[in-house]
Amino acid sequence: MAAVTTTTTARTTTTKARTTTTTTRQKWGWGVTDFVVIALALIPVLWMASLSFKTPAAILDPSFLPASWTWGNYTQILSTATFIRPLINSIGIGLIATFISVVFASMAAYAIARLRFPGKSVLIGMALLIAMFPIIALVTPLFSIERALGLFNTWPGLIIPYVAFGLPLGIYTLSAFFREIPWELEKAAKVDGATPFQAFVKVIAPLAAPGMVTTSILVFLACWNEFLLAISLTSTIAARTAPASLAYLSGSSQFTVPTGPIAAAAVVITIPIIIFVLFFQRRIVAGLTSGAVKG
Amino acid sequence: MSTGTQVAAETAAEQVTRRGRRRKPPLSEGAKQERRLGWLLCAPAVIVMLAVTAYPVVYAVWLSLQRYNLELPNEVKFIGFANYGAVLTSPYWWQALWVTVLITVVSVSITLVLGMLLALVMYRTIFGRGTVRTAALVPYGIVTVAAAYGWYYAWTPGQGYLSALFNNAAPLTSQYKAIAVIIVAEIWKTTPFMGLLLLAGLSLVPEDLQKAAKVDGATGWQRFWRITVPLMKPAILVALLFRTLDSFRIFDNIFILTKGNNGTQSVSILAWDNLFNALNLGIGAAISILIFICVVIIAAVYIKGFGTAAPGTDTERR
Repeated sequence: MAAVTTTTTARTTTTKARTTTTTTRQKWGWGVTDFVVIALALIPVLWMASLSFKTPAAILDPSFLPASWTWGNYTQILSTATFIRPLINSIGIGLIATFISVVFASMAAYAIARLRFPGKSVLIGMALLIAMFPIIALVTPLFSIERALGLFNTWPGLIIPYVAFGLPLGIYTLSAFFREIPWELEKAAKVDGATPFQAFVKVIAPLAAPGMVTTSILVFLACWNEFLLAISLTSTIAARTAPASLAYLSGSSQFTVPTGPIAAAAVVITIPIIIFVLFFQRRIVAGLTSGAVKG
Repeated sequence: MSTGTQVAAETAAEQVTRRGRRRKPPLSEGAKQERRLGWLLCAPAVIVMLAVTAYPVVYAVWLSLQRYNLELPNEVKFIGFANYGAVLTSPYWWQALWVTVLITVVSVSITLVLGMLLALVMYRTIFGRGTVRTAALVPYGIVTVAAAYGWYYAWTPGQGYLSALFNNAAPLTSQYKAIAVIIVAEIWKTTPFMGLLLLAGLSLVPEDLQKAAKVDGATGWQRFWRITVPLMKPAILVALLFRTLDSFRIFDNIFILTKGNNGTQSVSILAWDNLFNALNLGIGAAISILIFICVVIIAAVYIKGFGTAAPGTDTERR
């Protein structure tokens, strides 16, 4: 008992000692460094936000903050189908593609993390190859194939490739998460008479939920961000996604530059990212790093 | 254990016939059941990935051997490697390849250095760690196109604060200045990703080793180069591999910032231009295949040359 108390005191002293060795200079140094990092990360975003609040006349004034603020750009873009429809497409296509990829990826990741079967390394290699694939190499054939199949400029026409590119990300992230799960529980379930499939659905799936949420966020962000396929495989607002629609926004009249509306649209499509980052940053970081570092 | 060896010895052919018979496996055949379940669970993912990549790649190879221009639909014909000849003798291809390599090498090197600094800041800072990390995640998550518009307007004379700051400069109208702007946009967007990957690697370096070296009188600089970097080498190489391949396919930033004008075309932009502006599927496909070959070469150099462990393989787990 006494020994324990001594150790605790000793530890407290070291902590205190360490705190006191942090000099004012170090504090200032870190303070300035942190400030610089945060400023570098946020200034370009703040600039875009500021641009979106500028009136058409003030756009031609290069000062960082608007002289007078207006919501005009937002009301303009949110009242035209040119932006609203692509926004809906983005949300719909992103959610459906994310859902399908995460379901398929979690099945494959479970098999990779847990089951013994031949062909596992082929699958991992294939996922890696696709993760690094130059998407442009697929644009030509997909453009041709989708036109032939009538998938060009439709939701499924984008959802299918997004699922394919979401899968490697999903498989890597999820198999890393699945390796951390206490699998004795699965054995226990099997001892109790559950089949491997039942063990998967009833025992492991609930434990895997946090990893699946993380993976969903990463896959959704990737779909939300995608641009090359979005401009190549769509031709009208029927399936065009929000990032692809930015270039089609026009000024409030034919003679005004579309800067304000484009900035406003850029802010609107950035908002979900900010929300995800604020709420799920721990998960996003864990997900990003688990796949790449722990393998 | 014996069941495991037995399963491994079994040939795939036997397995297929067994599946064909759909015999209900007795409980003792748990291993076979496991194997079947493994394939079953992987099947949907494999089918989608093959459908979207393998078949189109084969189709792209076939397209690249044809004269196929959408404006001349009646003149489609097999011309062998003529498209490749046309691309490889064209100065546009070599110009685009040079621009792509330049952007990749410069942006990845700077991103590595800044990412390492960012990782060290996130690891060592004494306050505001959470705030720094949140802020760093914003560039990572933001839609590249949205950010690119921000940079585009910032550098537009008469509109942008950065242009105004540099005497109404118009960097996007001249080749190397435009490339510099593109590189800055790339670095801003990708440094957080690099930083986070390196941060994870950094946290695997044992603190005791650092302390021991400190006791032995090693300076912070020595400790960084002799302990941190060697121990982080696997993490650094994987991060570099990812970033290099990602940067090599650069498209979004250039598309918005310059549209590939003024000699800023990357290989991806060149391929896209041939497809959607020239409507020449044959040439476009040939360029796509060449890009694919470049990517394979880069990956091979990393994996064979530098000994980068491919993520997901067992060697990498050490």
